[in-house]
Amino acid sequence: MKLERREVVKKLLEKRGKLLVVAGLGSTAWDITAAGDSDLSFPTWGAMGQAAMIGLGLALAQPKRRVLVITGDGEMLMGLGSLATIGVQKPKNLTVAVIDNERYGETGMQVTHTASGVDLAAVAKACGFKTSKVVTKKISWRKTVHETAGPNFLQIKVIAEKLPLVLPPQDGVLLKDRFRRALLGKG
Amino acid sequence: MQFPEAVHRELVASGVRVVGYVPDAGHKRLIELCQADKSMRAVVLTTEEEGIGLAAGAWLGGQRSALLMQSSGVGNVINVLGLLKTCRMPLVIIVTMRGEAGEFNSWQVPMGEGTQAVLETMGVAVTRAEKADEIAPLVKKALRKNSAEAILIAQRVIGIKSFQEQTSR
Repeated sequence: MKLERREVVKKLLEKRGKLLVVAGLGSTAWDITAAGDSDLSFPTWGAMGQAAMIGLGLALAQPKRRVLVITGDGEMLMGLGSLATIGVQKPKNLTVAVIDNERYGETGMQVTHTASGVDLAAVAKACGFKTSKVVTKKISWRKTVHETAGPNFLQIKVIAEKLPLVLPPQDGVLLKDRFRRALLGKG
Repeated sequence: MQFPEAVHRELVASGVRVVGYVPDAGHKRLIELCQADKSMRAVVLTTEEEGIGLAAGAWLGGQRSALLMQSSGVGNVINVLGLLKTCRMPLVIIVTMRGEAGEFNSWQVPMGEGTQAVLETMGVAVTRAEKADEIAPLVKKALRKNSAEAILIAQRVIGIKSFQEQTSR
């Protein structure tokens, strides 16, 4: 059984508290916005392949805060090396959640490598992530995201569906400044 | 003082806490200094692209960073440099040049010739150090500017003339 992406992301962000969130471009950026935009969310509109690395930089700069990267399988595949880099740095406060619909959702729903069985969770595990799971049914992720010493990796299998766009602000300076202001008290 | 020590001192003085790098013979000493410095996190990358994401995340989290690469790596970061420009994030990139006078590998030449143009096209301000003692002052100046800056270190400053010499360093 596969899950519904908006439900999954809503659940991941439930009672998020002080959680710092980075979203990969495309569907996952719309998903986190549908769950409720926040100053402490940094949805990307470009730089494909860098969501996990932005999460790593943030996790290293803010070791006392929990960091959650929510990205798609296509975006993660473009930055596969970043899993190795995260595996070397071993940030305890970082979780990468891949919302895996096995499709490039913004370009015509073409299949990604995961549709052919490429196992991102196995890659993350081999790279040294402490927790790495393929998730196919509804469970609580709260402990993994907020407590478990990472780096943690969740590959969450979801239905390939086209959903109404829920767009976050696009202005990069605004997204950066609001995040820094909320986190650091400065732009 | 050799230039790696002088550059390291400038990074520390400007509060740089995260240094991403893809190893390069010309950056060998500076990488070692950053690794040995407890106030810094030296992050080895699989590709230079990752260094831009790393820097963006560190800046969102309130930390300055620097990125060390060879000129070939500049070709790997083109698209993601857009992140720095769109979000107006600062980053100092220190680039050791290849494909210039003294190059022994012709495959390094095309990217070496394109390095400065690529960076400038993507909105990164470029300065060039032709001598070792120019490097640290240029890094210092770039760190003050709070924008995306690259310092290119001319290949003759590093002075590697053969593959044998590079591997024996």
